[in-house]
Amino acid sequence: MVITVLFFASLADAVGTRELSLAHMPGDTVASVRDRLIAAHPQVSEFTETLLYAVDEEYADEDAPVPAGATLALIPPVSGG
Amino acid sequence: MLIRVTPERLNPEEAIEAVRRDEAGAVDVFLGIVRNTNKGRAVDHLVYDAYPSMAEKTMREVAEEALERFDLTDSAVLHRTGRLEIGETSLLVAVSAGHRAATFEAGHWLVNEVKRRVPVWKKEVWADGEEWIEGPESLGMERAPATMRGS
Repeated sequence: MVITVLFFASLADAVGTRELSLAHMPGDTVASVRDRLIAAHPQVSEFTETLLYAVDEEYADEDAPVPAGATLALIPPVSGG
Repeated sequence: MLIRVTPERLNPEEAIEAVRRDEAGAVDVFLGIVRNTNKGRAVDHLVYDAYPSMAEKTMREVAEEALERFDLTDSAVLHRTGRLEIGETSLLVAVSAGHRAATFEAGHWLVNEVKRRVPVWKKEVWADGEEWIEGPESLGMERAPATMRGS
């Protein structure tokens, strides 16, 4: 099973894609997935201070579980309106 | 309740008709407009990015919260995405209620909450460059979860 990771705005520009798939590991949390992302895409670490996260379209803390098949969105500070 | 994230032009008349009710004596409408300047710098146009499915879900949550909090009869929240020229409408909020006071308050509150909570981002494009805006009104600055604070 995989996890789908979504990037937006400045972060999508920095990573060079809006979506990628990662293998799911037992016990995965927002933080563990993020740390694997940083290993593959070190530029993500420059954003983590202000990033929020959403698991399946709900804002989630760093220790929230990320189940197999879930979508994790990395959300820079929003600026709509 | 009319909720939409769309690259198409926003039509205020559609939102007004969506919230109009025989028992509602007031409709308040807010249009967020693309301004030609920001912080003293001339803006050429804006580009809006969004997480459309979550944005619509979050807009619906905010709109439902407003219905209850202000005893509205109905509400409409629409946000545009993609490239917007100066003078175009980026955000459209319409609310209806029995009397005007509730609509003014609810409209103000709804716009603030949309700007803080909904996953939409604007990029300013100038004659000589561009930048994604990560505004102080956003959730990230004002309402970060406890795990984010002080990090």
